[in-house]
Amino acid sequence: MAVEAVSTTLGSAPPPRRQRLLEDERWLAFALLVPTVVLLGMFIAYPFIRGIMLSVTNSRVGVEGEFVGLANYYKVWNDSIFRTAVYNTFFYTAVTSVFKLALGLWLAMLLNRNFRGKAFTRAFILLPFIIPTVLSTFAWKWMFDPTFSVINWTLYQLGAITGRINWLGDPDLAMASIIVVNIWRGVPFFAISLLAGLQTISPELNEAAAIDGAKPWHRFWYITWPLLLPVTMVVLLFSVIQTFADFQIVYVMTGGGPANATHLFATYAYQIGVGTGLLSEGAAISLAMFPILFLVVIVQLLYIRRVEVR
Amino acid sequence: MARISRRKFMQVTGVSAAAATGGLAGILATGRAPAYAQATTVHWIRWNDFVPASDQLLRKELLPEAEKALGMKITFETVNGNDLQPRITSSIQSGAGPDLFMLFNNHPHLYKASAVDLSDVADAIGKAGGGYYPVSSGNCSADGKWISMPFCIVGAMNAYRKSWFAEAGFNAFPETWDQYREAGKKLKAKGRPLGQSLGHSFGDPPTFTYPLMWSYGASEVDKSGKDVVNSKEMIESVKFMTAFWKDAFDEGGLAWDDSNNNRAFLSGTVSSTLNGASIYIESLRKPDQYKTEKDTPLKDDIAHAPLPKGPVGQFGMHTFQSHLMPTYSKNQKAAKDFLKWLHTPANYDKWFASQKGFATGPTTDTEKNKVWDEDKIMEPYRVAGKLGQVPGYPAPTGPKAAEALSKYIITDIYAKAVQGTPAEDAVKWGEGELKKIYT
Repeated sequence: MAVEAVSTTLGSAPPPRRQRLLEDERWLAFALLVPTVVLLGMFIAYPFIRGIMLSVTNSRVGVEGEFVGLANYYKVWNDSIFRTAVYNTFFYTAVTSVFKLALGLWLAMLLNRNFRGKAFTRAFILLPFIIPTVLSTFAWKWMFDPTFSVINWTLYQLGAITGRINWLGDPDLAMASIIVVNIWRGVPFFAISLLAGLQTISPELNEAAAIDGAKPWHRFWYITWPLLLPVTMVVLLFSVIQTFADFQIVYVMTGGGPANATHLFATYAYQIGVGTGLLSEGAAISLAMFPILFLVVIVQLLYIRRVEVR
Repeated sequence: MARISRRKFMQVTGVSAAAATGGLAGILATGRAPAYAQATTVHWIRWNDFVPASDQLLRKELLPEAEKALGMKITFETVNGNDLQPRITSSIQSGAGPDLFMLFNNHPHLYKASAVDLSDVADAIGKAGGGYYPVSSGNCSADGKWISMPFCIVGAMNAYRKSWFAEAGFNAFPETWDQYREAGKKLKAKGRPLGQSLGHSFGDPPTFTYPLMWSYGASEVDKSGKDVVNSKEMIESVKFMTAFWKDAFDEGGLAWDDSNNNRAFLSGTVSSTLNGASIYIESLRKPDQYKTEKDTPLKDDIAHAPLPKGPVGQFGMHTFQSHLMPTYSKNQKAAKDFLKWLHTPANYDKWFASQKGFATGPTTDTEKNKVWDEDKIMEPYRVAGKLGQVPGYPAPTGPKAAEALSKYIITDIYAKAVQGTPAEDAVKWGEGELKKIYT
């Protein structure tokens, strides 16, 4: 039947021009790419360009504003809260990334072993990543509540403390609290992604090394780690980008407080741009993140390329 | 099984995509979604009221009555009070959203470029109510127009435990800040600290810090609008607050929002806190749940008092609520009709009664409402509208004072100091932030 259909088609008149265009591989590729390009344009390129345009005006909510050049960037640069937010963002990203990588790798190695209930445990591990961030962060907020903290209650009952620990009211403890929540939420992503990477490594390599007398640490350092490195770098890249632009955890837990001590780029930009309605300043704060993130991405991508070539 | 050739597939999907894109193009070209026949709908957004009975009354009784009387549909949405500003910003920028926005304090000044002139509604309602308080016109009018419709004033008074203060030697609420500190010191020593939020929340933090500042003779600007926050009076008030905080307060207050102090007071953790009467009203609602350590109803041990006097006098700032209509609204007439209906005494009084004194009206006649005769514990709230000042005092308020309030600069000066920043540095920081706004 198929042969008949083909021969019928071949025997008829040439198809119209539009149909021929669609059969052309180059045009087809173009047609298939158009939806992606349109979506990227609408949801990435347009907001980005609009953000740049906003940041060079003195626009505020409901007022179009005029061109002011780099005045907003100058203003932001001299803003002590912005400088705190810059420091916080780097600190938050660096600390959480290190812990997420270490704990995620450790968990992935454990999950890569054979044990009873392996499938259930792997699914269970994903819970922090699956629960909507706002919901789980609210639960954490209650656990760190200044008055009714269950953590304080437990420590008090165990005799470890005599008074309340001011988790979210002390600047350093508030920062530590949001770091803990970010790590808790991010470890499953690292663990599952690295587990997928571990499973692509042939067990024979490890077995051969073990027969040759290599100790577990050596097997990890000279076999597993180098083979896992490309996956690790990609996972780390995604995590750094997400953490650098993190918003939900800080917004829910501390709102950037106490007294602006835990603001990150995103929360401060939101407070200024959306909360107070100073759109152009908010845009400038947001965009200040871009060159740094761009540099981080370039460095990491170059490194990944080098690792892959090697 | 029917076979589909690649050409057929491309034809079918191509036609579908073209149809979809054409439809989308149509919407983009006209800038509006397809019109469907429907009744006029007014979308009204308010906070989640700290007196939940009032939201229930609106949903179950008043709004259905309004829909019937006005022949329109009313969509009533409630959100966390701290989310109202982000919502109005995004709505104005996108040109779509609620027709009526509840806003706090002088925030309408930030959005005046996008506010419908409500003078025709507001003037008539004010006149019928015996005239507006100065705080109503201060928060809601600009350039001779009403940019937002005054709705109510949530009085900020100290809710305190009478028996605990009496045990500390204070049979009446302290009259001065120094006396309050002395009482708080004794109470904290007994594990009954005072409670106060110094976080970023619309109500309790500014209604405490602004009056404290004013009572020391300090202010963010002078009468002419010049930034004068870096004064010896301000530094003195910050130094006082720093010591007061350590001596008397629950130090968790730095991370509190407007609801934490309610929970802390109702659970017997704090002995006094600045509050809009929601603590007392909740204790009235559930007398069996909220008890004192002697197993008596907590409601009987609560009294209210204004913030104490400072070196230059006694001040108050009470959370103000109004409704702004953005210019993008396609239902301006219907929304104005609804506002008129809402403020008709027969309707407004029902809502007012459900508040049990948590809120007082924006006009002077509400002082005569019978609600105030029903419970003497609520008496101090009766005159909240008369006594409060507007942020920006002593200068007339405006967008700059609203921006300073939205950024919590005054509150953060005190919050920084109680965290350990020297008073002079905290005030200097605040001066720098205010200069960015006022110059």
